[in-house]
Amino acid sequence: MGESATGPSGAATEESPEGFGARAGQWLAENLPEEAEGEPRTPAEELAHCRAFQAALYDAGFAGITWPAEYGGRGLGQAHQQAFNDAVRDLTPPVGPFVVGLGMCGPTLADLGTEEQKQRYLRPLMRGEEIWCQLFSEPGAGSDVAGLQSRAVRDGDGWVLDGQKVWTTGAQHSDFGAILVRTDPDVPKHQGLTMFVLDMRAPGVTVRPLRDMTGWSVFNEVFLDGVRLPADSVIGEVGQGWAAAVTMLGHERVFIGGMASRRSDALSFTALAGLAVERGVDRDPVVRERLARLYARQRALGLFTRRMRQEADAGRPPGARGSVAKLVGALNDALAVELSGDVAGPTALAWDSADTRATERALAVNGAPSSSIAGGTNEIQRNIIGERVLGLPKEPSADRGVPFRELRVGTQRSE
Amino acid sequence: MQLVLEQEQEDLRAAVRAFAREEAPRSVLRAVVDGDHGPVPGLWRGLADRLDLVGLTVPASHGGSGAGHVERAVALEELGRALVPVPYLSCAVLAVDTLSSLADERARAELLPSIAAGERLVAVAVTENGRWDTEAVTTRAEPVSDDPAGGAGWVLTGRKETVLDGAGADVLLVLADTPDGPGFFQVDRDARGLTRTPLEPLDPTRAFARIGFDATPARRLTTPDARAALSRVRDLASVAVAAESLGVLAHALETAVEYAKVRIQFGRYIGSYQAVKHLCADSHVDLELSESVLRHAAWAADHAPGEFPVAAAHARLTVPAAAFRTAARAVEVLGGIGFTWEHDAHLYYKRARTLEHLLGDPSDAARVLADRLLPDTAPEAAR
Repeated sequence: MGESATGPSGAATEESPEGFGARAGQWLAENLPEEAEGEPRTPAEELAHCRAFQAALYDAGFAGITWPAEYGGRGLGQAHQQAFNDAVRDLTPPVGPFVVGLGMCGPTLADLGTEEQKQRYLRPLMRGEEIWCQLFSEPGAGSDVAGLQSRAVRDGDGWVLDGQKVWTTGAQHSDFGAILVRTDPDVPKHQGLTMFVLDMRAPGVTVRPLRDMTGWSVFNEVFLDGVRLPADSVIGEVGQGWAAAVTMLGHERVFIGGMASRRSDALSFTALAGLAVERGVDRDPVVRERLARLYARQRALGLFTRRMRQEADAGRPPGARGSVAKLVGALNDALAVELSGDVAGPTALAWDSADTRATERALAVNGAPSSSIAGGTNEIQRNIIGERVLGLPKEPSADRGVPFRELRVGTQRSE
Repeated sequence: MQLVLEQEQEDLRAAVRAFAREEAPRSVLRAVVDGDHGPVPGLWRGLADRLDLVGLTVPASHGGSGAGHVERAVALEELGRALVPVPYLSCAVLAVDTLSSLADERARAELLPSIAAGERLVAVAVTENGRWDTEAVTTRAEPVSDDPAGGAGWVLTGRKETVLDGAGADVLLVLADTPDGPGFFQVDRDARGLTRTPLEPLDPTRAFARIGFDATPARRLTTPDARAALSRVRDLASVAVAAESLGVLAHALETAVEYAKVRIQFGRYIGSYQAVKHLCADSHVDLELSESVLRHAAWAADHAPGEFPVAAAHARLTVPAAAFRTAARAVEVLGGIGFTWEHDAHLYYKRARTLEHLLGDPSDAARVLADRLLPDTAPEAAR
């Protein structure tokens, strides 16, 4: 059964994953836009370009592949999703603005949302008509997200929200956000949290770009000042925000793991080996050995993520072992940064403005520290591996069972 | 690309693990450690008779099971995990692979069935100074015109170092330099002028010997290209060494984690301290990457000849070093008890160290991978 066909009941019989993947590959080959020549697009043009592609992708049946059919998804299985992932692996479809919504917010709404929420939000999300962001981190709550201080207080039927979020990807063009805030400071920190749908255009929401060490502003700060949240904006249950966040972060790991395999950046073995050959330093035995060691690490990570996928297909989900991939990716980036200095020569220091490869390499070098922070620091990943994979005992914590109101959180000078 | 094992391969793992538990318990291992470091003969016959493990990759036509390198890797993992004192790497890997990589049907017919039956031990003598290539060979082979046995015989003169299980072998397969380039030779244990000197091993569960040749009669083994055959043997052995290393790594990690869960200092389990937890986490990372790299190399040995040379060099660079790091971390997590002779931690430390050296110096592993990834600028000798 290669083609989808109409069965006796009139319903479409299920297309095989192979057939689905082949059709996806063909559709992508025909519909993936060429990289534009000439003038770069303005941010607004770029966004419109992405929206048009996502809508076409959805209309062709390749978005929301595993999402329930009653909310506009395809209702297919993981095998079909995998077939699509394989078809898209080496391509770079213009879907950047939608990955947080499709990878994290949407699946969480599908898991925990009310019937009304699913009916209202999922289809426009899949089609790229509405863009979503995720608001967890705060200036005082990084690794310890559950120590966050933004709070929502009941006001009549609804809630009033005050606080500040940070590192919010895509907030500047988002229509909605999934936000985690404190609704009860009198219980221990994990128990007093609630997740809400936040209308990013509501009065009191201010989005400011946050310039990071690369000089770019991919992230934002979001200030929340007396923002009114309607009663039906709670995702899951009041006080169950931590469980909702864990659900969402589980989707994040899957999503980051999926992204890693198709990353081909300026710090890959291929790019650095090519540069070494161009500059003639590939005869240097020290450079050769270091290139071999970089290849060994990057290739090992690729093989590991592939092995985890094969295990998942065989019915053994990776669980917390996803942290291994996250940690190794960050360590590999740091290794590549060191090596890039040896192969890039003077262009590691300064370069002609027209040298786009040197520009990309510098951006990768300056961006590498984020690999070991974003999505959980290397230290947190090692804790996860130690405790959840190896079963080692947890560190005694000073905040367990203590009402949030009595905790010291964020950045404070010691007395 | 297949990176997860089939049920049959998991069954093989369980069978080898049960064998190790029943036939090679700690008392057997300890007798070897405190005795003469040699393999235990009864164990070897058991491995051949009970599990058909010795001839795992020997073709059925020569009395073996005709299995692949994925299966052999699984067996080696378990032998490494329990440090089973058998000459598997020397005889079932190096000797079998050398015979398979050469083109000498007479030697195959003579040796492979008795190897597979566990009746004859064959060792491979290549290195003289730690290097596993044809360039570094100084042992000379000279043709003998008036061979008393009749036929065109050869004599060998020279010395081989660190020959794994060389002292106990019934037959040696020797790399030597001839007037027309490198060649492989078969030497029997009672050949004239052959001397075998057991060496003091770093790893007390593994036996090495220096082999001397003084006009020692030998039979030249047929091969169209000895250099290519040696490269093939080393690549297949790289997978085997990586597989044994993975078993060593896994056991060392388990030992460290078990101890960190029960040892209390300053009123807390030491595994609750991040400094200790993160050592263990780093070893788990080594385990996951090593297993992935090994499975790929073993799969490529059977199914993807084009990507096998890089995959084999990758495995040799990655897994033994990861095993040594993990074994050293295990001693660190164990603390004082880990430094005693009584605890087995040092045996894993020494085994891993030895595995990292077995096919050439550790830095040679990176050099080989680099030469295969960047062949255009590889030194002449490596091409």
